[in-house]
Amino acid sequence: MRALERRKLGIGLLFCAPWLVGLSVFMIYPLLAALYYSLCDYSVLLPPVFVGLDNYVELFQDRLFWKSLWNTSFFALGSVALGTVMALTLAILLNSKVKGLTFYRTAFFLPSLMPLVAGSILWFTMYSGQGGIINTLLKKIYIDGPAWLTDPNWAKPAIIFMTAWGAGNAMVIFLAGLQDVPMSLYEASIIDGANWLQRLTNVTIPMISPVIYFNVVMGVIGGFQAFAQALIMTGSTGVGAPEQSTLFYVLQLYNVGFMDLRMGYASAMAWVLFIIILGLTFAATQLSKRWVTYDR
Amino acid sequence: MRLASAFCAFALLCSACGDSQTEQSTGVRRVLYWEKWTDFEGEAMGRVVDGFNAKEREHAKADPGYRPIEVEMVIVSSIEQKLLIASAGGNPPDVAGIYSYMTAGYADKGALTDLTGLAKTSGIERSQYVGRYYDLSMHRSKLWGLPTTPASVGLHWNKRLFREAGLDPEKPPQTLEELDQMAEKLTRWEVTLSSGETQVQTGYLPDVPSSRKRLLQAGFLPTEPTWWTYGWGFAFGGKLLDGDKVTALSPENLAAYEWVASYSKNLGVDSVQRFRSGFGSFASAQNPFLSGRLAMEIQGVWMYNFITKFADGMPWGAAPFPAPAAHPERRGVANAEVDSLVIPTGSKHAKEAWEFIRYTQKQEVMEQLCLGQRKHTPLAQVSEEFYAKHPNPYIRLFRELGASPNAWSAAKTGVWNEYAREMSTAADKVANLNLTPTEALTQVQNRMQLSYDRDRAIFLRRQR
Repeated sequence: MRALERRKLGIGLLFCAPWLVGLSVFMIYPLLAALYYSLCDYSVLLPPVFVGLDNYVELFQDRLFWKSLWNTSFFALGSVALGTVMALTLAILLNSKVKGLTFYRTAFFLPSLMPLVAGSILWFTMYSGQGGIINTLLKKIYIDGPAWLTDPNWAKPAIIFMTAWGAGNAMVIFLAGLQDVPMSLYEASIIDGANWLQRLTNVTIPMISPVIYFNVVMGVIGGFQAFAQALIMTGSTGVGAPEQSTLFYVLQLYNVGFMDLRMGYASAMAWVLFIIILGLTFAATQLSKRWVTYDR
Repeated sequence: MRLASAFCAFALLCSACGDSQTEQSTGVRRVLYWEKWTDFEGEAMGRVVDGFNAKEREHAKADPGYRPIEVEMVIVSSIEQKLLIASAGGNPPDVAGIYSYMTAGYADKGALTDLTGLAKTSGIERSQYVGRYYDLSMHRSKLWGLPTTPASVGLHWNKRLFREAGLDPEKPPQTLEELDQMAEKLTRWEVTLSSGETQVQTGYLPDVPSSRKRLLQAGFLPTEPTWWTYGWGFAFGGKLLDGDKVTALSPENLAAYEWVASYSKNLGVDSVQRFRSGFGSFASAQNPFLSGRLAMEIQGVWMYNFITKFADGMPWGAAPFPAPAAHPERRGVANAEVDSLVIPTGSKHAKEAWEFIRYTQKQEVMEQLCLGQRKHTPLAQVSEEFYAKHPNPYIRLFRELGASPNAWSAAKTGVWNEYAREMSTAADKVANLNLTPTEALTQVQNRMQLSYDRDRAIFLRRQR
């Protein structure tokens, strides 16, 4: 390396330094510290005692670990599927030339700006089994709506439906992707006699598949980290009521670490979650080779 | 990177030095106090702090050589988590206002200063307190804190709903059986008749299918509020811990959970779920008791404040929770806890912190605080003026309930939070009739005995 190159490297590193410091202090160090603590009996208030893989062995035998993992997987899968379909549908609709387009785009984007806590409280009221707006509307079409948040079978779906309401962010990303699809491809497909559905499946979706891929991966990561919705909507006691049906993984992790003072065990849970998300992201990347189109 | 680290370290050093330099130059000994209460309760404690600081300044004025103590009160939400992190980081406050149920877990892990010796030299002893409230700061024969404002729980009833149901509004249930009977009389439904018309009917209506009836008003629900569902066993003579043995599956707790299930069987799970899904948050006009949808419920001494705020004018009463007819001696079974002032380990001004805590234990100061927070006092001596000035008409009752031998508190173990969550979930499963009491409590018993033993092993290891 010549002197000039070394100097350039130095300057480059200097400019990267704030990010590197942040990454090291707030990401890499906690990650490694959590890995160490996950191998310890650590109550935060006392020095950690190394216990090997005991926390992991206990974790895989813990009923609540599996329960919270199931709840979270159900939620992540449901919210990603519903959120993606919803955002994509809205984006396709809002990509057409209709009157008042700007108004509609703003209107559909607005809910995603609402803070999670405020949105959760609003939905809490709407989900009332007696006199709530959702059940009142369902009654109009002769459907006897459930008790939603107090029914263990419906509490999770209720929270999934709520997250679909905030699909505005994903919708905007899809919209940008849609506007990037070259018109020439649509023209060519029209000349070939393709109808609306064929254009959607053969042109639109393949062309925006990288955007779909991005949204799905981000959605899965976010879904597995769900916490606040359950805490706010089903009671602040952290039990994941009703009947632990909304005991999400991160909520249980919080309970174990900060309420029960078992930070070593909570760190093991965090690492398992990290591996799960890493695995799912890796799987999505592998699958993406089959269906994501990057070529123009 | 080295430059950045050096800068951070310098900044930290400056901030650390700043405090002590100010202290040295002004001669004031600063005590940092973390308090969890906000609103009028926080303000009441703020007045106590102001009083202490004024007294210290007076002292310094009279004696120029005296370095006054100045308490700085900071309102801190989620005190459990923040105190944990601050203690682990070696930078806790000098005094912290905690909930009594936190004491055992923190003390066992060495996070609190033992106050036994300090209390003895200051002449503070158990006889000066309502025994239970003093004992809540005791753990493994040592004193870890001193009580401030206590809270006990009693049966609240809506007199208007009693009158409407043909019951004597001045007569709350005297036995558990009477509570059950009254609850049935206070139950009101909107029933859809075969003609399509709706009609209001009372009682449990077992012959009307749930699709044709809507619960408008319940007399009583053991799962409302959800806060103490784990404690119903006490009303049946049970407890949650017997020495080092977890007793979730005791016959008394089983009987209690059978009783919880009886309400779901009478009202119908679906009807109760729908009814409960319409409840708003506790501190709102949609609270079921405040909105007149629930005629009786157990609530604490604080309920008076919420009635005044959200349902002013509602005629109500408070009474000891009734006992089974066969065991009248169990009348007044109630949860009783107390706020506690503690000195976290690592406090830089433990001596000064103790001076402040000691000040709060004076009768006139304690009464000022408890009056401000609208609770009763944990001290054995109470002035008549306190009762005369107190806005809650049932304040004497709540004090009696807290002092009663039938009162119960959180089990003194580091796994209390987990235990309470497990018992609450079991109550939930039983109330939804998804598990029998035996099935639900067996799950709790197996899990919690393991947790308890593990926690105890950690404590014993630390002792070694």
